[in-house]
Amino acid sequence: MPYLGGEETVRELRRALSNPHIQTDHLRYRNTIHRVIRLMSQGVDVSGLFSEMVKACATGDIVQKKLVYVFLCSYASVNPELSLLVINTLRKDCSDPNPMVRSLALRNMCNLRLPGLCEYVEQPLTAGLKDKAACVRRVAVLGWAKIHALLPNTEIDAAVVNELYGLLRDPDPVVMVNCLRALEEILEEEGGVAINKPIAHHLLNRLKECDVWGQSEVLSVLQRYRPRSEDELFDILSLLDPALLSHHVPIMAATLRLFLSLCSMLPAVCVSALERARGPLLAAAGSSSRELRYAALCHIQLLLRSEPGLMGEHYKRFYCGYAEPPYIKQSKIQVLVELVNDDNVAVVLDELKGYCTDVNTETSQAAINAIECFPAGRIGEIRPVTRETHGSIGRSYDDRCLGILTGLLELKQEHITSAVLQTLRDLVWVSPQYGDAVCSALEKWEDQLQDTQGRGALLWLLGVYGDRLSGAPYILEDFIDGVRSEVSAEVKTELLTATLRVFLSRPAETQDMMGRLLQHCIEEELDMCVRDQALLYYRLLHCGIEDVRRVLQCGRRSDLSLGPLIGRPPEPISQWASIFNTLEPLMLGASSAGNSDPSTLTPYTLTSHSEPMTSDPHLMTPKLKDPDLTAPACSGQCLSLSSTLSPEEFERLWLQTEKGEFLEAYVMCPVPRCSPESLQVALQLVNIQTLAFTAPNKLPWKMYLYTHSSHTLTPHSSTTPPNTLILAEVLQAGGDGVKKVKEELIEDQENEREESVKEGEGGEERRGEMSGGVGGEDGGKGELLVRMRQYTGEKTTLTEFLSVLTTVLNAQHTA
Amino acid sequence: MISQVFILSSKGDHLIYKDFRGEAGCDAVNKFYEMVTTLTGDQPPVVMKHKELHYVHIRQGGLYWVATTKADSSPFTIIEFLNRLTALIKDYCGCLSEKSVRMNFALIYEVLDEVVDFGYIQTTSTDILKNFIQTEAVSAKPLSLFDLSNVGLFGADTQQNKVAPSVAATRPIMSSRGEQGGKNEIFVDVIERISVVIGANGVLMKADIEGEIRVKCYMPSCSEMRIGLNEEFSIGKSQLRGYGAAVRVDECSFHQAVRLDEFDTYRILKLCPSQGEQTVMQYQLCDDLPTAPPFRLFSSIERDTGGRLLIYLKLRCDLPPKRSVLHLNNNPALPLFSYSLFSSLSQELSSPDQSAELQPQNKAVHWEIPRFPGGAQLSALFKLEVPGLSSASLQEVGSISLSFELPKYTCTGLQIRFLRLSPIQPGASQRWVRYVTHSDSYTIRI
Repeated sequence: MPYLGGEETVRELRRALSNPHIQTDHLRYRNTIHRVIRLMSQGVDVSGLFSEMVKACATGDIVQKKLVYVFLCSYASVNPELSLLVINTLRKDCSDPNPMVRSLALRNMCNLRLPGLCEYVEQPLTAGLKDKAACVRRVAVLGWAKIHALLPNTEIDAAVVNELYGLLRDPDPVVMVNCLRALEEILEEEGGVAINKPIAHHLLNRLKECDVWGQSEVLSVLQRYRPRSEDELFDILSLLDPALLSHHVPIMAATLRLFLSLCSMLPAVCVSALERARGPLLAAAGSSSRELRYAALCHIQLLLRSEPGLMGEHYKRFYCGYAEPPYIKQSKIQVLVELVNDDNVAVVLDELKGYCTDVNTETSQAAINAIECFPAGRIGEIRPVTRETHGSIGRSYDDRCLGILTGLLELKQEHITSAVLQTLRDLVWVSPQYGDAVCSALEKWEDQLQDTQGRGALLWLLGVYGDRLSGAPYILEDFIDGVRSEVSAEVKTELLTATLRVFLSRPAETQDMMGRLLQHCIEEELDMCVRDQALLYYRLLHCGIEDVRRVLQCGRRSDLSLGPLIGRPPEPISQWASIFNTLEPLMLGASSAGNSDPSTLTPYTLTSHSEPMTSDPHLMTPKLKDPDLTAPACSGQCLSLSSTLSPEEFERLWLQTEKGEFLEAYVMCPVPRCSPESLQVALQLVNIQTLAFTAPNKLPWKMYLYTHSSHTLTPHSSTTPPNTLILAEVLQAGGDGVKKVKEELIEDQENEREESVKEGEGGEERRGEMSGGVGGEDGGKGELLVRMRQYTGEKTTLTEFLSVLTTVLNAQHTA
Repeated sequence: MISQVFILSSKGDHLIYKDFRGEAGCDAVNKFYEMVTTLTGDQPPVVMKHKELHYVHIRQGGLYWVATTKADSSPFTIIEFLNRLTALIKDYCGCLSEKSVRMNFALIYEVLDEVVDFGYIQTTSTDILKNFIQTEAVSAKPLSLFDLSNVGLFGADTQQNKVAPSVAATRPIMSSRGEQGGKNEIFVDVIERISVVIGANGVLMKADIEGEIRVKCYMPSCSEMRIGLNEEFSIGKSQLRGYGAAVRVDECSFHQAVRLDEFDTYRILKLCPSQGEQTVMQYQLCDDLPTAPPFRLFSSIERDTGGRLLIYLKLRCDLPPKRSVLHLNNNPALPLFSYSLFSSLSQELSSPDQSAELQPQNKAVHWEIPRFPGGAQLSALFKLEVPGLSSASLQEVGSISLSFELPKYTCTGLQIRFLRLSPIQPGASQRWVRYVTHSDSYTIRI
């Protein structure tokens, strides 16, 4: 396109703009300006025309003015000096008799975003607040917010703030709402606009006059207001009640949020508010705009966390449509699973069966995963009332689910088979009584799977049911023959475990191939994890068959620890009330798609489920003392790896968290001598992520870690965010820098340290050690300095984290 | 509050970019396009986040309409705002397409400028906006060589066809049919979306109707309009009226401008429509359809001796004979995954204007029927060659989905008895009432 070609066009436009003939003919002038703006929005740099455009600004033609202002506002920051020329025209326009011209000038004066020009803007803004045209007042009010944003360090005149408060009583509703918005920004440091009783009541009374956007804004500001008495509260609630049924979803959502925050102490009122809002939410979930549909579905999922019965009878509204995009189908499936009860289980199961063969791979996998939830006793858990009857009802549908799943295997479609295998694995892990059914499904197995996850699941199943599946050794043999071309380390570790397990039940058929596998893994394998595991098994076999049996077969405890996975108790509404009507539920949907139930994973199940290859944590690190390890993590707080951090983020957060909780502690533990990888794996088992560490022999040895702690039992859980990031640095206490830190530490934080390092040794000993120099890594009595940081949190979280870390490090050393 | 609003074409071209708060750089546009095109299938795209900046977008008219925000705003507000913005721009430009947005960029900048200030939504009402919007729309008619002579470069008007003086205050919103100004027209549309699931045994498993009454008004000023619905119209289960076949809906909600003082007794909605399009009433009906679902399907699927899959479909339309269905699309979704290996699809259709094709990417056969009169019955026989066809895969031929449009028909039976404007408009005013039922989710399990 020739007109995109920069300089020539710009030169030609400049000629045209300064041509007096064109300037006198305002249509041609306007057309030329049109072309400039068009180039600008296509991304061509036309800032060279700034002075010509400034001249074009002085015109009576409003369309031309608007076009020029669009240009000026985009390029003012490039040409601050020339922009000064515009100010005169703009100020003249501010006293134009036409209110439209006045508001236009005022708005664009502030939109130039030049801090240097603020002094010229203040006077017209002050005049604008008193203008008789509402459209000028609207602009002037927001103008003060713009000035505040430009010059964040200068105080806005108190008289202006007072005037803005006064304008809350302006007859024009948009002016009123703009005042709220401006005051919120200007007074941000004082916590926003002061909502006292007269203001709150004034806003509530005028709510009806505002449009959709104004109402939702006012409602969200009102959240800060706390009614003085119960009577006042109920007056407000009954005033707001009709808005819960509004068919404008923004108003309904904002009202519901306000209800939830006002009635946080009155759960019964909250529940009835949710019931009132059910109709509009369902309508939004069936809206013709897909994006709105998705937002509503995400919020319905939030609601169901507390009120599982809320949508029960409307489950058909969540059937997927043929033409819906996959992300809507997946969230509908997630909702549908929550709505299952005794009456509809057959129908829903049929519906889900239809989705299993969806064209979209992810959707069909989501549906297959959803079927898993049925036999696991879920039905009875959701509706505790029917628990007595659950026995029989659950049973009959279990068979049906398994029937569907095994039927899907016969389709012999790669992605479906893989998803079904994973589902079956999870299923028998939770409820071993279905082993027989799964075995009969696997009996005729003869396929080749490409998918890593699916192969891992298959191997796990083979290992566990090796004694019952007649073909197990032969399938394993195929895997072992192909181990050289196997890429995935996960599959290899799973293969090792499975082979060993099958060996226990059928030694004659397996012994030879197991030997080959171990030999390959120990001698040729490059991946450290696999090699270590093979070595471990090799040595374990030397200890005798009884030990092998003890290690490999006693590790399957599933029923006790899985309570939370199967049925979860309804959460209190306050758990999610703070994120209702924010973007977060939609983001949550993004992170948890495909994982049907992220919120309920306890640390134990997380290690077993998110990393299928280590489905038995006892196997990976058999020398760890499990009770010691899991005990601190389960008591009161859990660590989780819910989101990952990049090294840059880590660094930034590390430097930022100066304000937060900070703890330094010495741990009596030498530098672990095991391979970094196995240390990393061990830490991951307790949900601590390793970000970086130095090579084992380097001095000073360092390691950076992070994790999230989530409180399950603290009473403040509604106020603190559910997850708090913990950052940690582990240093070998040998380098000079560390010594210096230690000295400071001893002088400054004597008391705190003594309190926090109780699990280490006493203060004197450490001091003595320091003066005598720290023992090297060979001493076996080395010492590590752990520095931990956390944004918001109590010291207990950090000490608990420390105790987990210490246990792992000690265990690793002895291993 | 909104930081930026931008409109991208489906290929990622920048059409409109407006920064309201100066918080985020304009590289956000490219970043957005990069993110939205690299999403994997199971990531919902509506809200994305990159470095403290949330991107909320909707897709309309083949374009990306994006708003970015730093504060944690209400998703409903932002999505509704973007929907409203598209509706506004459709009202002002006539239609929503890449071309009309490109041609009317000046108008769209002007609209954005009035609608949002400093990231705060000011107003989206056409009544208020019409006082401020001065630029005139350029209609995106297909350009012909003849047109080129009096259209200036870049779609701007030249002097020749510019005759009228500024009629900004009373400028009518251009009609979507491309006629400019002049006509006093008002359209009242009753639109119903029906979604149905019929089980393999022919039992109706789910039926949902979502309907709305939409008013599109081209009159510059209209003081009051009265819409009379069927008198036997009833809401909820308890409140049945009359003895005949009641027109019943489960839930019903109205635009806030609708006055309902005569609704309870006479079922009359009163409102003063503003220019442009607005939804006056929305209603839903679940499960309890007043009439039989419009289509029945009889199917048989078997394997013939040559290893071919034979799908025989017989579709019957249960509507009264006078009605007819337009644009019926039929998608038997067949989850047989070896489609790319298909050697052929042969078909026998009962009439020549129908067409059928195999869509490997959707794993479906697409049968299109342009017109389907009520009471008629159509049949089709598809023969598919599937290598490695097994009896198990025969079981798993999925459901059949229909999408169709039924003009002049509402499934609930809702009718508009009368439409009165008062005072009587001077000059010729035209009132149109249209009914349409459409469905993109009418599933029949096999």
